[in-house]
Amino acid sequence: MSTCVTYTAPEPAFAEPWHAQVFAITVALNEDGRFDWSDWVARFSATLKRRGLDRELDGGDDYFNAWLETLEHLLAEQGATAQEEISDFRNAWEEAYLTTPHGEPVRLAPRD
Amino acid sequence: MPHDDHDHPHALLPPEPALRVKALETILTRKGLVDPAALDELIDAYQNKIGPQNGARVVAKAWSDEQFKKDLLEDATSVVTDLGFYGRQGEHMVVVENTPEQHNMVVCTLCSCYPWPLLGIPPGWYKSDAYRARAVREPRKVLAEFGVTLPPETAVRVWDSTAEIRYLVLPMRPEGSEGLSEDDLVALVTRDSMIGTGLPKVPT
Repeated sequence: MSTCVTYTAPEPAFAEPWHAQVFAITVALNEDGRFDWSDWVARFSATLKRRGLDRELDGGDDYFNAWLETLEHLLAEQGATAQEEISDFRNAWEEAYLTTPHGEPVRLAPRD
Repeated sequence: MPHDDHDHPHALLPPEPALRVKALETILTRKGLVDPAALDELIDAYQNKIGPQNGARVVAKAWSDEQFKKDLLEDATSVVTDLGFYGRQGEHMVVVENTPEQHNMVVCTLCSCYPWPLLGIPPGWYKSDAYRARAVREPRKVLAEFGVTLPPETAVRVWDSTAEIRYLVLPMRPEGSEGLSEDDLVALVTRDSMIGTGLPKVPT
């Protein structure tokens, strides 16, 4: 007996590249033992709950924005990153995007 | 009018959170806390290798092999680990079997705990507030929205995942699938049927 059922193409795991990136950073840090997954889940759940108080969150950008906020707080608490440092590099990346000709790879300008 | 040159003289600026993520990655890389190549590998694995096809294999095996099914329902973690499906968010897995008396459905009311090694990254709806709140409150209504209508005598049981326990639904083997090989059965098992918001495909 032959069947012609085929496995339907799955949806992409991540809707946006940055969703994948922040996910991977978190999993890599956890695998390196920087924090326990249960600690992560507790913090992340708390962020979702707080953000979901005034409106209903979707499972895409809302979800990963909460994820990013949780990771930023966790790293700041651990002293791994400073807020100033983050805005500094954020601005450097913005500058890099705005000054790189379309189609060329975007890189950070070398720093002293 | 040359579209590209006028509208995008420079590279397209990514959204605000993407810039913050890039900043984090740069800082952590420079401090030696993450390795960009390892991040790419992780993303590739979750995008291409770890997904519902793994869970579908487990379900198809359970449909084909009574002893495997028995072992799976008793101790899913060690059975699926033997198949190579282990890792993050798969440390303690429990398989719940659908029967004519009981239909199972999985949610994570706190965040989005999910058996990654078997199903990959959860779909957007699984992570939404709407599903997380309503799956428990009005499961039959949610099921109906997914196109699943159960006989009134079938009870619905909702399992709330946690950081410690992840659930996978073992759907009922569809009618008309008698005699199919394990490989053909795999093709009938949808992701949603293993979350409990769908039913397996029926062979045509």
